[in-house]
Amino acid sequence: MTTEATARTVPYKEKKPFDYDPYLRQGKLPHIWCAGCGHGIVLKSLLRAIDALGWKNDDISMVSGIGCSSRTPGYVDFNTMHTLHGRAFAFATGVKFANPKLNVIVTTGDGDALAIGGNHFIHAARRNMDMTILVYNNYIYGMTSGQGSPTMPEGAVSTTSRFGSIEPPFDTCELAKTAGATFVARGTAFHAQELEKTLYEALKHKGTSVVDILDSCPTYYGRFNKHKNVSEMMKSIEKDGTISVAQAAKLPPEKTEGKIVRGILHRAERLEYCDGYQNLLDRVQNK
Amino acid sequence: MSTAKVAKQTATGLTGNSAVAYAMMQINPDVCGAYPITPSTTVIEEFSSYVADGRVDTGLITVESEHSAMSACIGAASAGARAMSATSSQGLALMWEMLYIASGMRLPIVLCDVNRALSAPINIHCDHSDTMGARDSGWIQLYSETVQEAYDNMIQAVRIAEDKRVQLPIMVCLDGFITSHSIENIELLDDESVQDFVGEYKPERSLLDVDNPLTLGATALQDSYMPLKHQQSNAMKASKEVVIEIGKEFGEVSGRSYGLLEEYDLDDAEVAIVVLSSSAGTVKDAVDKLRAEGKKVGVLRPRLFRPFPHKEIAKALSGKKAVCVLDRADSMDGFGGPLFKDIRAALYADDNRPKIIGRVFGLGGADFNVDNALDVIGETIKLAAGEDVELFRYIGEGQNAQTIAGC
Repeated sequence: MTTEATARTVPYKEKKPFDYDPYLRQGKLPHIWCAGCGHGIVLKSLLRAIDALGWKNDDISMVSGIGCSSRTPGYVDFNTMHTLHGRAFAFATGVKFANPKLNVIVTTGDGDALAIGGNHFIHAARRNMDMTILVYNNYIYGMTSGQGSPTMPEGAVSTTSRFGSIEPPFDTCELAKTAGATFVARGTAFHAQELEKTLYEALKHKGTSVVDILDSCPTYYGRFNKHKNVSEMMKSIEKDGTISVAQAAKLPPEKTEGKIVRGILHRAERLEYCDGYQNLLDRVQNK
Repeated sequence: MSTAKVAKQTATGLTGNSAVAYAMMQINPDVCGAYPITPSTTVIEEFSSYVADGRVDTGLITVESEHSAMSACIGAASAGARAMSATSSQGLALMWEMLYIASGMRLPIVLCDVNRALSAPINIHCDHSDTMGARDSGWIQLYSETVQEAYDNMIQAVRIAEDKRVQLPIMVCLDGFITSHSIENIELLDDESVQDFVGEYKPERSLLDVDNPLTLGATALQDSYMPLKHQQSNAMKASKEVVIEIGKEFGEVSGRSYGLLEEYDLDDAEVAIVVLSSSAGTVKDAVDKLRAEGKKVGVLRPRLFRPFPHKEIAKALSGKKAVCVLDRADSMDGFGGPLFKDIRAALYADDNRPKIIGRVFGLGGADFNVDNALDVIGETIKLAAGEDVELFRYIGEGQNAQTIAGC
């Protein structure tokens, strides 16, 4: 056996401390995320999943828009692009189309993906281009200090809904599935190891993968909505507020009411966009 | 002495954004379409508190993008409402398509733009590249030096935009962070005086006027597009007089009169610096130092940039030996910033036109301090003395730039 790093064939069984350094730009650390923010946990789960797949840094392109989640590409030593608010999917589409060999990952937030970028989001899902979309979902715009986003639950308080939101939220996963994404899953920052496994499957899937990650914001959402501290907030929203697909299947409907389901929610096989384009070229060029 | 009643005022300390939000509260617009973006966010954040507290009866719509925010304002203004919003940088860039719709439909929308650099690379700090890019969009543009002026401009903007001779949208610009987030002493008018000053908005025409149905923005081809644009152009031209009138009338109420330009030690100056917004304060400090040494230097600060007061500027600068125009934006055309070129063009027909140079400063919030201003004035004095000075270049750059291959 050589000493060279090889892909782990049996992931999630590692006992020794995981070495994140090869994936990070040390000069860009420490990150800007607030104490108690789950974005760092999501990043760690993502890096472990990438490590398990054995992907090389240079074979990955990470694209983001604007917001707290969109700072992620700044910290990772991949081919990264930090673009415009809501437009990451459009940029990522260009990257993948120009170089289909790249593993394209989009890190986005609920405001970035579902409000200003909602149109790009549904069309990315519809095309089924091979990319993995991580929606860091904290129900508010954190970077601009806590305005309500399209995933904010009804009744929740934000700087733009002082007396509670009257708008029904989007369900990121239902939206992605309906729009045509072929892999749809949900995780939380609380369930870090489960998230790693979910992301592993999402990255591996060929086609548009969307992972909605509940990742509450203690600085704004938590404070506005009377969560006493970070652990209480994560416990009530991410732990007690959710249930796994497997658990949900065992319980009667009344026991799962009001709970958000975690895990892989939808998986389908459909022609990937770049492959479809190649087929078209072959057909019209009579190959 | 004026016989007009000067309103009761409260002296306090506010940031630029708080002052703008306060002015909006006192104006009490019908509709505000909004989307958050640094550094303008707190304008709407504070205004939303006024909405929540019932201090205004504005319909505040928190939409899903700036494109929609401006669209909501356009819809509301078309229906006869007084509509307002606030934004910055990429937010204004995303409104681009709608800016031309607002001016083309002749809708008197008031937009506060807290000036911030445009991407890429991403930068949240001040420069004027956002609003300078919109200088040909048919919007009136006022640039504010201080918190007080930002507040005063917001109140005047409503009247300017809604004047029957104008009926055009207007942008009130203030410098991101430098003015928007700094607390300055300010005098606030009482609510009643502001309401009296802005008056009730009675639109000439509106979609809700069912007795006089109309269509807005419909197709106008070769026979009718150009006359409509000509009318728009004439309205823009006419708005200059309205800005003067309203500035004077505001002075009668508040004791603070405004014109198109501010001249500082300019009368007997041989050398002049032209600059917009907050940096004018920095240059004035430098001018004070040089005046103490007996140097004849002065400042010209245009308050109105669109429509461009070319005659007034030419008159103010005629006979000076040398002028330096400071631009907080670059036109990226190898020929200087937008203010530089407009000022230069305004002086072309003047028989006593000064020598003129342009300098780009402070992009993305790069520091511009009194020493930088002294350097610039020193260079302009050299130009006045007949020395050879470069026509256009950058000053006061940061030192951490990474070179892009080939540049």
